[in-house]
Amino acid sequence: MQPFLELEGIRKQFGAFVALEDIRLGIAQGEFVCFLGPSGCGKTTLLRIIAGLETQSGGRIRQGGREISLLPPAQRDYGIVFQSYALFPNLTVADNVAYGLVNRKLPRAQIQSRVSELVRLVGLPGSEGKFPAQLSGGQQQRIAVARALATSPGLLLLDEPLSALDAIVRVHLRQEIRALQRKLGVTTIMVTHDQEEALSVADRIVVMNQGHIEQVGTPMQVYRDPASPFVADFVGRINVLPATAEHDARVRIGPTSFVCPHQQPPGSAVKIYLRPEDVLARPIEPGHTNVFDARIDKVEFLGSYCLVRVTSPALGEHALTVYLSLNFLAEQQLDVGGRLPLRLMPERMRVFVGEPEPLPA
Amino acid sequence: MNAAAAPAATRPGATPRLRSTASDHLAAVAVSLVALTLVAFLALPLLSILLQAVQDNQGRFVALANFVAYARTPALLESLWNSLWVSALVTLLAVPSAFVFAYALTRSRMRFKPVFRGITLIPLLAPSLLSAISLIYWFGNQGAAKGLLDGLGFDQIYGAPGIVVAEWFAVFPHALMILVTALTAADGRLYEAADALGTSTRRKFLTITLPGAKYGLISASLVVFTLVITDFGIPKVIGGNFNVLATDVFKLVIGQQDFQRGAVVALLLLAPAALTFSVDHFVSRRQTAMLTARAVPYRPRHAPLRDRLLTAYCVGVAALMLAMLGMAVFASFASFWPYNLAPSLRHYTMGLFDAEVGEGFVNSLTMAAGTALFGTLLVFVGAYLLEKTPVPAALRSIVRLLAILPMAVPGLVLGLGYIFFFNDPANPLNGLYHTMALLTLCTIVHFYTTGHLTAVTALKALDAEFEAVSASLKVPFYKTFWRVTLPICMPALVDIARYFFVNAMTTISAVVFLYSPSTKVASIAILNLDEAGEIGAAAACAVMIAAASSIATFLFWLLALWIGRRTQAWKA
Repeated sequence: MQPFLELEGIRKQFGAFVALEDIRLGIAQGEFVCFLGPSGCGKTTLLRIIAGLETQSGGRIRQGGREISLLPPAQRDYGIVFQSYALFPNLTVADNVAYGLVNRKLPRAQIQSRVSELVRLVGLPGSEGKFPAQLSGGQQQRIAVARALATSPGLLLLDEPLSALDAIVRVHLRQEIRALQRKLGVTTIMVTHDQEEALSVADRIVVMNQGHIEQVGTPMQVYRDPASPFVADFVGRINVLPATAEHDARVRIGPTSFVCPHQQPPGSAVKIYLRPEDVLARPIEPGHTNVFDARIDKVEFLGSYCLVRVTSPALGEHALTVYLSLNFLAEQQLDVGGRLPLRLMPERMRVFVGEPEPLPA
Repeated sequence: MNAAAAPAATRPGATPRLRSTASDHLAAVAVSLVALTLVAFLALPLLSILLQAVQDNQGRFVALANFVAYARTPALLESLWNSLWVSALVTLLAVPSAFVFAYALTRSRMRFKPVFRGITLIPLLAPSLLSAISLIYWFGNQGAAKGLLDGLGFDQIYGAPGIVVAEWFAVFPHALMILVTALTAADGRLYEAADALGTSTRRKFLTITLPGAKYGLISASLVVFTLVITDFGIPKVIGGNFNVLATDVFKLVIGQQDFQRGAVVALLLLAPAALTFSVDHFVSRRQTAMLTARAVPYRPRHAPLRDRLLTAYCVGVAALMLAMLGMAVFASFASFWPYNLAPSLRHYTMGLFDAEVGEGFVNSLTMAAGTALFGTLLVFVGAYLLEKTPVPAALRSIVRLLAILPMAVPGLVLGLGYIFFFNDPANPLNGLYHTMALLTLCTIVHFYTTGHLTAVTALKALDAEFEAVSASLKVPFYKTFWRVTLPICMPALVDIARYFFVNAMTTISAVVFLYSPSTKVASIAILNLDEAGEIGAAAACAVMIAAASSIATFLFWLLALWIGRRTQAWKA
């Protein structure tokens, strides 16, 4: 099937600096896609190119079967929401939402009913007469969403829409935006640097780094099966252990050989990526492989569970971070200096070539 | 590139451009008009000064011969030296005295701050030479306090002493405004940290206050120096036989019709102004970077002794200022100074009717209104197009440069450029010469930069994405300009209009070269009356200008209030 939005070899250069390199991506009708990456990775530039607010140095964009690569913003079909809300401060909520409708010369009554429908849709009925400054940040952003949707665009672009909001409002509003998007079925692209946000709302995540796409996949794929060390590092917390590949689906970490399926030539240097939740403290039964004894170095209390740093002679010098529940620690009477057996889950260990690099700050 | 015919969008090596829309074309045409105006009424006149300086009076290229001739004229070199030391001395006097005043306004708990501030701003409402006229009444040959001058060992006020004192008063408000801004931008947390470390008051002043105001001090010094060295009115009125560059230009060009040497002196005057401008431009960038959004405003502590000393100082300065201005007002009403001080309107009636100042006054009001209206329109539309529409980069940087340039051009130099450029019969714009329209345009260009910067500041405060949102909603940019940008910026527009109006009322330096008998403005009439020995009428005329400026300021204030009610209701 033909994707609704198709990017073919999009490239963007600012002088000698390559901001985007050969971006190829198809987005299906009704999909919610997140562009995720650290600041400077090019995700906002790519969104602005789709919007026609920046011009690509090369490549093509098709939307709904129509070539839009060189169309000015006004001739494309999208609604956009910015981090700064960009509501017109001197216009009321109703005038803001109606801003694009008035230009279409619709009858006044029709505009009015559309405005109240939208304001209700974003959960702020009765606020039509207010000015933006009388609303909270979260409420203003809802109005901005309503304004962007008023003309029923085929594509909704969200440029870090939640970054300026408080943590609680942010979590709440992202779910509402997601619900609204499902209800209207509008194809949506959201730019974010918050991996948790992307994991929680997206149908698919496009992980970007230094102007290229590292991985495109569902949140589960990106989290469980990162395509590159960068994705593994950027999405979620992860342990990196230097190791040497061995025969028979084994790797050597420090002095110990662990079971770990891989395709690397024996004897080559590899790094093992392993999430904290994939290091198990229970159940550990006789006959389990990859079990070793560890000593607790540090416990960071995070509420219902703790982030525990352990070391073990079995792993050589390398510390490992694991999640242990508060109840488990209490039950076993474990604290700093305590000892416990741990197990590495072989099927969750990701093996990449080469020496481990320092994590990005 | 024809995108419809070449849907492949990319040719290797060529960066594609989005197809232009009708509104893009509209913006490009509008910004080109602004650029053309600035080129015709700023860049070309300045260029013609340069040309005059390297030509002889037959129009032949003579390279630096005019400069050599200038350097061989001892009288002109003396003027250069006079200009330099007088400007330096005024800078040394005005900046520290304004700094203490600014410190009192921003860093003390002194009472009646708005009153003090208001009094020091009064000189801005009158032509700068008002202070020279007052000085003559105080210390001139028939002055009220001539004895004091003799006691100090000066034999007369005319010449350097008069220029220095009159300029000191005239530039004080300019220095004060810059220093108040610099001292207001204080981070209270620095002082709290210093207090927590047990720092002495003196050390806090030397390590926090002074470094914080460093750029303001540099900027104020440069501005004062430039204002003094390029001022024409004060040396003309009270300079006597003491020649300075500014009066030389006038004598050379208007008196002797020696355009070539006049152009050389004009370039000499342009040098310090251009230097000031570039340093100030650099400095102001550093200044803005100093204060972060997280800074906590500084609150002065309770310190009765400090407040009493500073109050005494401010009372002293304010009293001197009022004495200076009051004398001109008083003398303008005196029947026959110094013999009959009974109040009369003699000078006003004489000035207004006999010397045709009435007509000049109407001309002044017309020019001020025209400057305020068309200047504000040009400045705001220009700034808007630069900041908010997709203007081609090359055009954008040209217009930006031309908008900032007037700051670096003294009025005298601009006026001279206008003579050279518009008086040329070969120039198709020659018909404008001597007209009110040219006087108005010259004044707009002369004061363009401040208006431009005000407009840019107001526009930058708007969300940068308004235009992007409008485009996504398929609303053309001019509709958003009309419905959103303009209403929000109305207070800034009123401010720009007021600035244009008051400066047009009081300006002398640029228009002194451009008027004809039928387009003489009131501020020029002061000079002519003074030259004719009618100093009473000159004072009356200056007072009338000050009164008109004050009334206009008040009306603009009312307008701002009314507009605020109508367009700023959204401010929570």
